[in-house]
Amino acid sequence: MTYQLHFESLSGYLDVLARGAALTIVLTAIATVAGLAIGVIGAAARRSALAPVRALAAVYVELIRNTPFLVQLFFIYFGLPSIGVKLTADEAALLAMTVNLGAYATEIVRAGIASIAKGQIEAGLSLGLSRRQVFLHVVLKPALAKIYPSLTSQFIIVMLGSSVISQISAEDLTYAANYIQSRNFRSFEVYFAVTAIYLVLAIAFRALFRGIGNRVFARR
Amino acid sequence: MISFTLWDIVRNLLLAARWTVGLSLIAFAGGGLLGALIMFARVAPNRWLRALSTAYIEVVQGTPLLMQLFLCFFGLALFGIDVSPLIAASIALTIYASGYLGEIWRGCVDAVPRGQWEASTSLGLSFAQQMRFVIVPQALRIAVPPTTGFVVQIIKGTALASIIGFVELTKAGTIINNATFQPFLVYGIVALFYFALCYPISLLSAALERRLDVAR
Repeated sequence: MTYQLHFESLSGYLDVLARGAALTIVLTAIATVAGLAIGVIGAAARRSALAPVRALAAVYVELIRNTPFLVQLFFIYFGLPSIGVKLTADEAALLAMTVNLGAYATEIVRAGIASIAKGQIEAGLSLGLSRRQVFLHVVLKPALAKIYPSLTSQFIIVMLGSSVISQISAEDLTYAANYIQSRNFRSFEVYFAVTAIYLVLAIAFRALFRGIGNRVFARR
Repeated sequence: MISFTLWDIVRNLLLAARWTVGLSLIAFAGGGLLGALIMFARVAPNRWLRALSTAYIEVVQGTPLLMQLFLCFFGLALFGIDVSPLIAASIALTIYASGYLGEIWRGCVDAVPRGQWEASTSLGLSFAQQMRFVIVPQALRIAVPPTTGFVVQIIKGTALASIIGFVELTKAGTIINNATFQPFLVYGIVALFYFALCYPISLLSAALERRLDVAR
């Protein structure tokens, strides 16, 4: 191989990389919180006494889980303006990430709730707790503790999947890579470095989520 | 000025969907072969093989598929190999699928009761014989539902090949949209195409899982 790698050609672009990484982190953080909220509401809806509510939640989950994130993103960013919903690239990216994560979170939380023994719920009700109290204290918290590992893997999948938001010109980490390689023509070095940054982010996020999990779901 | 009827849009997307299916098959076949090797390395008696395969899985699962695509597309060119988008996408998706399938299958091998390993060891079987005659046949049954489920991830993953210019369903959607300026309709139909491909497989995976639960 005669090609010489020149990683030092990236040194002038550290601020571009930092800005891109910052957007990736911020969007992931917001989508994580909002997606988890949707997941809890969605899981409750899938157990609703009303059949149409259950059906609606099921359609949402199946539609999102069986179509690519990239197509969801294009539909939101390019498609929605034609029915009057205009979004900036960042807003569309955040909406797509949240809607996507919400569907997976719904399914994960639902599985957690299903794993709670019926006797627990009956015991809660017989103690005079309201249905809402039973759901929040008896069902939800142990369910979340149980499914927390799969939930955090899903958060990281969303962070890694967010690399395609560069395709609607949201200026994330991948956008930074595309920008830099369009100026210094060192495409392999740039993408290699940015891949490494994503790997570090994934490992850091995993450590962070584990720390949060240990604190929130501490065994008493 | 050529005007597009709904049928023109659907027909062109149908033609492009063949490439989505084809690329998915390539990725599943390649990823399955490489993934099996990764799985064997992951449970092998050799410590270095285990460490190496663990690191491989960590890197594949910890980096975006899009970056893997870009690295294959631009990286192979450094060796003077002129890679077409199809080749680059096939290699990247093979690597991506092997990283996940290897780990999924490792989980299935782990689910085989410990006593099976001990019994076959005490019978004097080598590692290869243990895998061949005792572990893999039992793990295979457990592996069918999650493997089927992962096929959905592969099909959705092929959408990213559009970004390096491979004309499959998503890229065809973009091209048609550029001609018709009906993004809501075009991307809506593209999404429904993916749904039509993936949903039956999701249902099959869930049904297989239920059957396995009953069988236990």
